[in-house]
Amino acid sequence: MSPEFIQTLLLTAKLALSTTLILFVIGLPVAALLAFTRFRLKVIFEALINMPMVLPPTVIGYYLLVAFSPQHAFGGFLERWFDLRLAFSFQGILIASVIFSLPFMVQPLQNGFVALPKSYREAAYTLGKSKIETFFRVLVPNIKPSIVTGIAMTFAHSIGEFGIVLMVGGNMPGETRVASIAIYDEVQSLNYTTANQYSLILFLVSFLLLVVIYSVNKRFRV
Amino acid sequence: MIYIDVERKMLTTDGPRTLEVCVEIPAHELVCLFGKSGAGKTTLLRMLCGLFTPDKGVIRIGDRTVFDSSKKINIPPQKRNVGYMFQDYALFPNMNVEENIRFAQDVRNVEEIEKLLHTFQLEQLRRQSVNRLSGGQKQRVALARAFARKPEVMLLDEPLSSVDIELRQSLQNEILKTHELFQSTTVMVSHDKEEIRRLATNVLRIGKEKITAFEKPTNL
Repeated sequence: MSPEFIQTLLLTAKLALSTTLILFVIGLPVAALLAFTRFRLKVIFEALINMPMVLPPTVIGYYLLVAFSPQHAFGGFLERWFDLRLAFSFQGILIASVIFSLPFMVQPLQNGFVALPKSYREAAYTLGKSKIETFFRVLVPNIKPSIVTGIAMTFAHSIGEFGIVLMVGGNMPGETRVASIAIYDEVQSLNYTTANQYSLILFLVSFLLLVVIYSVNKRFRV
Repeated sequence: MIYIDVERKMLTTDGPRTLEVCVEIPAHELVCLFGKSGAGKTTLLRMLCGLFTPDKGVIRIGDRTVFDSSKKINIPPQKRNVGYMFQDYALFPNMNVEENIRFAQDVRNVEEIEKLLHTFQLEQLRRQSVNRLSGGQKQRVALARAFARKPEVMLLDEPLSSVDIELRQSLQNEILKTHELFQSTTVMVSHDKEEIRRLATNVLRIGKEKITAFEKPTNL
């Protein structure tokens, strides 16, 4: 295996791990907000979060690329104040990946929270516990299968993402070239052996993650 | 002592109506709420513990006003010192028996936990997952957990509705014993006249009219 091959796989793992970690932190409060509160414009908020499920990745990729461009407000602001260029950088594909995988984390967590009996929350309140303490000590520990599903789905989805990463990051070795893009690139160069190695690894990782989800959920059901 | 003088609009199967209650429950009584489904028994319990807000009125527990719409007082459930036992017991599956009881304490007190485990005969089950308990055992854990905060008022929402007749009698004894032991003022929802006659010192019949007076359990 060439150093470039390993570098690409490490970058893919780094992207997927960072995306999953960031989304877990963001996903818990967002899912709780959607599950437990009613507010005006909630449907709009919910629809926006789930847009990546139905939208072609290239559409979000295109908008992000435009937003990241220094000629536009957001990109210009980042460059002037932080000397940061997000287009064609690892940070750029990380943000894109976080946005694109958001529903894969939020949906399982939200479903988990909705399925919990309301009496858990109310019991914790009558036992003197604040909303925050109830959330971390009662609600979150009781949606473990949903947490495992959310983490595994987000990780698997981030590993496999192609369109949005290509749009925002291009194909720069060591910076934005992840395994899914490398597969396409190797096939274009008729380099089927390397494409095959990448594909097999992605296949096995995704398969393993799904096996983990199903076995964990089965264990919790019993 | 509980003083309650409140109104709350409710949606029932017969359309909207207003639940009106104005009574004073003396300290250390065991009062049963009796009435048809949807009459507002659980709504009344929930207003007492702060999970529901009355549209207007006053609730006093002891000499403390926990709700007063005219003075905009509404103490949250966390600070009312009212115990509530839910119909489904609401035991947390991520904690074992002892952890469920310990959760109720603000400051850890091992001696107190041991006392509760002993009182409710849970010593052998302390490490048991709550999912593996029988209905009767669950009720004992829920009672122990609610009493761990030494509440002035204990609310029981149909505690015996999901247990079979044989078990029911022993659990009724359990409730009676606990009520006498902890000397709290207890308000319990029940559909079962026999049960009310065995347990209650007074009955509040929840119907369509304003509730202002108690009935004797023997009158049911």
